[in-house]
Amino acid sequence: MDSAMEMSAPKPGRGGTSPLKKLFRMRETGLIAIILTLFIVMSLASPYFLTWVNMRAMAMAFAVEGIVVVGMTILLISGGIDLSVGSVTALAMVIGGWLYLHGVDPWVASAISIAACAGIGAFMGFFVTRVGLHHFIVSLAVMVIARGICLLATGGRPLGLYTLPPEFKFIGQGTIGPVPLVIVIFLVVVVAFDFALRRTTLFRKVFYTGSNEKAAAYSGVRTKRVIFSTTTLCSALCGVAGIIYMARFGSAQPTFGIGMELNVIAAAVIGGASLSGGSGTILGAILGTVLLSVVSSSLALLDVSVYWQDIIRGSILLSAVSIDHYLHKVRA
Amino acid sequence: MGGGGGRHRPQQFQSEIKGARHDRRRDPENCQCEQIFRRHPGVEEREFRVAQGEIHALAGENGAGKSTLMNVIDGILQPDSGEIIRDGEAVRISSPAVAQHLGIGLVHQEIALCPDVTVAENMFMAATNVSRSFLMDYNALRKKAKIVLEELADINPATLVRDLSISSQQLVEIAKALTLDCRVLILDEPTAALTETEAQVLFAIMRRLADRGISIIYISHRMAEIFDNCDRVSVFRDGQYIVTYNVADIEPGDVVNAMVGRVIDKLYPEKQSPAEVSEEIVLKVDRLSEARRFQDISFELKKGEILGFAGLIGSGRSEIVKGICRLEGDVAGEVWLNGQKLALAEYADSIAAGMVYLSEDRKGDGVFLDMSIAENVSALDLDQISGFGGLISSSKEHGLAERLGRTLNLKYGRLSDPVSSLSGGNQQKVALAKMLSVNPKLIFLDEPTRGVDVGAKSEIHRILRELARAGVGIVTISSELPELIGICDRILVVREGRISGEVAGEAMTEENIMHLASVLDHRKQTA
Repeated sequence: MDSAMEMSAPKPGRGGTSPLKKLFRMRETGLIAIILTLFIVMSLASPYFLTWVNMRAMAMAFAVEGIVVVGMTILLISGGIDLSVGSVTALAMVIGGWLYLHGVDPWVASAISIAACAGIGAFMGFFVTRVGLHHFIVSLAVMVIARGICLLATGGRPLGLYTLPPEFKFIGQGTIGPVPLVIVIFLVVVVAFDFALRRTTLFRKVFYTGSNEKAAAYSGVRTKRVIFSTTTLCSALCGVAGIIYMARFGSAQPTFGIGMELNVIAAAVIGGASLSGGSGTILGAILGTVLLSVVSSSLALLDVSVYWQDIIRGSILLSAVSIDHYLHKVRA
Repeated sequence: MGGGGGRHRPQQFQSEIKGARHDRRRDPENCQCEQIFRRHPGVEEREFRVAQGEIHALAGENGAGKSTLMNVIDGILQPDSGEIIRDGEAVRISSPAVAQHLGIGLVHQEIALCPDVTVAENMFMAATNVSRSFLMDYNALRKKAKIVLEELADINPATLVRDLSISSQQLVEIAKALTLDCRVLILDEPTAALTETEAQVLFAIMRRLADRGISIIYISHRMAEIFDNCDRVSVFRDGQYIVTYNVADIEPGDVVNAMVGRVIDKLYPEKQSPAEVSEEIVLKVDRLSEARRFQDISFELKKGEILGFAGLIGSGRSEIVKGICRLEGDVAGEVWLNGQKLALAEYADSIAAGMVYLSEDRKGDGVFLDMSIAENVSALDLDQISGFGGLISSSKEHGLAERLGRTLNLKYGRLSDPVSSLSGGNQQKVALAKMLSVNPKLIFLDEPTRGVDVGAKSEIHRILRELARAGVGIVTISSELPELIGICDRILVVREGRISGEVAGEAMTEENIMHLASVLDHRKQTA
């Protein structure tokens, strides 16, 4: 690679390739810097911030949602979007809980529930790739339908699942040493998908498809299959998240996850995913999730009204995306 | 922005204009309308002047700065230094609206129309924009549009732009500029998507406008057009203005030499010699048909030859080639590659069999503009750059891109740079490298040199000939007949979805091909 660089004349105005500069250019670095700054400021502002209990609570808050963020990021990279993630996560809880209350073994019920969510994703994928509708519309419809099913099946009341066996509740409540199992699952999912996205040929096709669907098709990529798969994967990960929530809360809440899609999409976009497809990383998206979570937690500790929190979260999204857009323009 | 995406910036001009030679052949007294672009008054001046009522061609390779300069004149980009003088007065053109006010109209290289509204509304977009009336008068709009379109083309002003062919859209784009009552009309490669007949109509209109005293700046890569239709030609190279000639005084070769800055002795590579002719058949297509677009296509490609497909836009030449490799359409008929009958269900099968297609629309579907060079080159076959478990090896990927980049003489900064940072010619080389990455047995090239400068063009021609010599089947489509005649050993002409004839050797002339391609002549059917 180096010899190739010497072969041709360097372009003026472009930085060198030193790893430091490269690191500096990465969006992840910026996010980490912001998060660290927040940590320092907050630990000075509140004695409770930098405590094990608070850290653990914060991690628990974003860990499960983070699994959905992973699915959303991959879907965004392929050029899609999914508004139904909140409803589908709730539906996963309701299906699992309903089956359990009707005598199905909780493990089997969970498997069926996750499969059903994957089925919903496949259903959406069908409408997008075969019927030719836009992701936005299809997932908007499914978002409402799935919520409707949740309410219909439960009569609008949470299903109490206090009788779930302890080994099942362990998924959501147990710890390995001092670390909650939820966080372990989250980390495994993140590391696995981040690696897969960076290195496997399978996921490279997701980037090609999202970057330019027609060019991908003209390169022999089966783009419809790719979009179908990413749509299904996103919903399946919602299913996984729903089951973890169910185990953690010991109940199935039909109204859970309202507004979750906005948080999830915001996190992915703050982390560098583009709504027009073709770019994004899991690491970035997770850092976006962490950032939003740290901000929420900080504001709560500082006794800021919940209503302010939404305003601030929205402003963070807007500024993160604006700064990124500006930097892109400067670099180009 | 036109040209090479966002790559060209006005700063380029700053350095380019510096170190310029002074060249002013035309008596300034005659210039009632002039544009001057210079660095510092009094210092070495670099000027580009356009006189009233002339058709002034702008020639130069891709990235030479033609489109950038035009964008500066149209107010889309701002100059870092220098000034634009219009009718003897220095003007500051801060936006296209100001340019419009000054009577400057620009027809972009890329079509920029609103696809979902009618032709008439598109044409009068600018007029509507400044109109004071609250309501739209669609009837008047349609009538006015009809008048403008009448002399240009047979297009119904009430149709949606979406439903028009690319060439008709290009004509609408030109009609749009004509509605602007401009004194200086800039046309950036307007004929790239036009058929020969349409182009001739356009030239006639250009001449009429020039006679009315309108100055026309005409950007083109095609020497024949410049020499047939323009009064003067200015050459740009590497962002610098080089020289202005009176067309009557010079030969096309002079312009080409000024464009590339060196003497190009041969425009096209040597053809297949009689000794090289082989009877070995690479590709055999037998009675290929697709319900609506083409019927009964049969032909053979022999080893070592370059086969061309000629035909008007819409004749079905691209569709045939896409049909052969199953990119689109529901195709019936047989395809044999190196003596083996292929069972193809989709394009991926065609790639696996060694048959690839280079798209005519580089930016639309040829390359991934925002992805890196290396990622582009490897797109067709990820298996060869991945190892155990389908994991991509970055070093293998870069190795592949570097090797092919060297073969094709690709000019780039880093392999991790996005393809959008390259010039048109180099982008096309990336698209070509993509094809070569799978060691194809046969390449279909659709307009392989569209929007590519002269230097890169002859390089691509040379590469095609080398590939053919190495035994790779080459089938190429081009709207530019001189190019097709220059590089092909044999040309098939397509008309209305059928092969209407074949020319080879001495019979490969523009007249013969146009004869076979045009609908007028049904008698002359050759085998």
